[in-house]
Amino acid sequence: MAITNNRLSKDQYEQNFSDIHPPFETHNAALVEANRCLFCYDAPCTKSCPTGINVPKFIKQITTDNIKGSAHTIFVSNIMGAGCSKVCPVEKLCEGACVYNLMEEEAIPIAKLQRYSTEKAMQNNWQLFQRKPSTGKKVAIVGAGPAGLSCAHVLSREGIDVTIYEKESKGGGLMTYGIAAYKVTPQFCEDEVNYITSIGGIEIKYNQELGKNLPAGRQGISLTDLQKNYDAVYLGIGVGVARQLDIPGEELEGVVDAISFIYDLRAKGYPVVPVGDKVAVIGMGMTAIDAATQAKRLGAKEVTLVYRRTEKEKPCTQVELDIAKLDGCEIIWLAAPKEVRGDNGKVSQLICSIMKLGEPDASGRRSPVDTGETFSLDVDMVIKAAGQVPFEELVNSSQIKNSKGKIVIDNNCATNIKGVFAGGDAVNGGKEVVDAVQAGKDGAKAIMEYLNPQTLPK
Amino acid sequence: MADISANFLGIKSPNPFWLASAPPTDKKYNVLRAFEAGWGGVVWKTLGSQVKNVSSRYSAVDFNGTRAMGFNNIELISDRPLDINLKEIAECIRLFPDRAMIVSLMADNDKKSWHELIKKVEDTGAHGLELNFGCPHGMTERGMGAAVGQDPEIACMVVEWVMEAATIPVITKLTPNVHSVVPTGKSVVKAGTNALSLINTIQSVTGIDLDTLVPNPNVGGKSVFGGYCGPAVKPIALKMLTTIAQDDTTNKVPISGIGGISTWKDAVEFMLLGASNVQVCTAAMKYGFRIIEDMCEGMSNWMDEKGFATINDFIGKSVPTITHWEDLDINFHVIAKINQDKCIHCGLCYIACEDGSHQSINLAYGKPYNTYTVKEQECVGCNLCKIVCPVDDCITMEVHRKGDEYLNWKEFQRRGLPLNDH
Repeated sequence: MAITNNRLSKDQYEQNFSDIHPPFETHNAALVEANRCLFCYDAPCTKSCPTGINVPKFIKQITTDNIKGSAHTIFVSNIMGAGCSKVCPVEKLCEGACVYNLMEEEAIPIAKLQRYSTEKAMQNNWQLFQRKPSTGKKVAIVGAGPAGLSCAHVLSREGIDVTIYEKESKGGGLMTYGIAAYKVTPQFCEDEVNYITSIGGIEIKYNQELGKNLPAGRQGISLTDLQKNYDAVYLGIGVGVARQLDIPGEELEGVVDAISFIYDLRAKGYPVVPVGDKVAVIGMGMTAIDAATQAKRLGAKEVTLVYRRTEKEKPCTQVELDIAKLDGCEIIWLAAPKEVRGDNGKVSQLICSIMKLGEPDASGRRSPVDTGETFSLDVDMVIKAAGQVPFEELVNSSQIKNSKGKIVIDNNCATNIKGVFAGGDAVNGGKEVVDAVQAGKDGAKAIMEYLNPQTLPK
Repeated sequence: MADISANFLGIKSPNPFWLASAPPTDKKYNVLRAFEAGWGGVVWKTLGSQVKNVSSRYSAVDFNGTRAMGFNNIELISDRPLDINLKEIAECIRLFPDRAMIVSLMADNDKKSWHELIKKVEDTGAHGLELNFGCPHGMTERGMGAAVGQDPEIACMVVEWVMEAATIPVITKLTPNVHSVVPTGKSVVKAGTNALSLINTIQSVTGIDLDTLVPNPNVGGKSVFGGYCGPAVKPIALKMLTTIAQDDTTNKVPISGIGGISTWKDAVEFMLLGASNVQVCTAAMKYGFRIIEDMCEGMSNWMDEKGFATINDFIGKSVPTITHWEDLDINFHVIAKINQDKCIHCGLCYIACEDGSHQSINLAYGKPYNTYTVKEQECVGCNLCKIVCPVDDCITMEVHRKGDEYLNWKEFQRRGLPLNDH
């Protein structure tokens, strides 16, 4: 057993990481589905979209050959509508609410239709928004992820000059660095960032990280400087590293966190990323699934997902779980990691406690309780995907009010520091891309109000 | 099993479905294929003056992804040599003696031309003639087709010429491009036509190409009004048919119903409103002759279910149910009812009623599903919600009479009863 890279041929990598939800091949194919849409009033799909995209309208616009209008309808609510069409768990959002479900009929493929319109817009570089004349106001945004980009786009439309400070060398945040490559390619993410910023008035400064005491070669920016140089600041810094398991053996070679595993895979390319023969993935959220399926697709022989509750409590959707199952991943329910054992400093076994369900916890889910029994899995790699933790230290060092690292904001997206606003994963601890986009919109609205209460965008 | 055979003016056919005079009936090759497929009869594409066709010829109106809800053509009468047509007609009759062979005619506007043409056609052994007084394009400019059908006096004159020469049954085909088909219908019945058929196509512009800005069909950058047909015209055809079926003069002769018939259901509707048989064209042009199978099977099954042994048992049955507005019962009142178990919360009933009718549906907000209920006091019973609801039988119209007695508008006025309470 060993952790190695370059397990597959170029063709195999390409095949394994090809688009899991292929687009409509023809206009006719899109029309067949678009015409099925009932054009609901006060539509459940729209209500189930965190950004409130007017779904019936954009679908209707496909049927009237108004693809530009369709793309505009999507982007006006969700500037990352193209990316969201690929990564949203639509089965629990718009498509899950489609009234066809109540007729025991297939839901309208909303995501696929959304991709149809937005992809055309991006491919043709349609400029669907025009900036208002410059107001002379300047806003700094920290983080070029979904929240930051969404906030920036709204502000730019309103004539505000935006500078985004991004610690990575590419924009897109988790979209670019944290999602399975068979959903969105790194190239697509780059194109999407370029398309969003093509409105003008948005400058992204890459490799600039918030905070002090940064490692050599990384340029730091301080919140104080931003406050001094800009009329307002928006923090869309997301969440950080994977949650520690706090079990013996966590330091062994072969224990990696899912975020860096996915980050490497997307930032460096598939062949260079090492993967074990037998991989255990801890957790059952979307990231756990993304890590498990991609480990398998990189050539791991066996991948086992280990989750401490039952299928009923799983945080991922059924659709996601099915992807893992179809990829051949094993799943062990009611198993909590207890210890990682090693051989010469390298992972050789994962010991798990067998759990049973107890009383419901604060989230309403039944808590797992240790039965005292254990079992072991022979593995050479353990991927930790039991959630991410916020940048607690960073937030504390800037005197921003927080709750265990999650930035606390009021109803107007404002932090305890005047002129500093925040949103997205940094506030909610980690939700979907589409939630972050909405947070960015809310932040922009609050900033507009703060900068000029008289000229609110309608 | 029901007997769906038809007898139209003594012309027998195994079923009441004829192919209308059009491209599908313009040559032996097509007609033999149609007979093999099971069509009861054909009306051979109009013979008459020499013509020259153009290209392109057809255009269509699509609706919500369905192709050719309405169809339009600018093709003229048969452009094949008369002697070839006549020879092929005779061959088709010989090969399928049990099928109806009607020949559509449009001679030049003089008695001699009509008489000569009729003689030649009768020599083929054809069972009947159909006079094309309906073609709305190309021929009208030469005083033929719809130009004849639009003028009751000219139509009467031509029918009189025809009846002098014809020894086989004569059907006169009416144009819908008039304010009412009844005057011409009456006129030609008085002139002796043995039957009527309707409708021919309706003058139309189906649409404009938004790139070239030229309407369809495009003939070298120009277009002309074409004849509209297909499913879109069925309701208009049914209305015109009803006026002929209800007029005391025109209802003395059998009627062949035409206009957007695509299914057995359409055919039954035409026959319920007085057509003794029906003619089909657009559906066969779109899907081919094979559609005849379900037309026969569907009609037969429906007749069995309803207990009709022959088609004569239901022809005209619905004619008396279409009355005058002032004879409708004002005390009849229906109120919409939404079945909450079937409702899928699409909100289409709500927004239709709210913006398009009488604001009679209540919206109770829910996420993601609203609940919709009818405000019974406000509902005028218009059917709009039921029409837009995508779920069968989810919205029903329940009868809540305003009074026990039958009360029509004339009586309502006579009694001086109060007007609208809405």
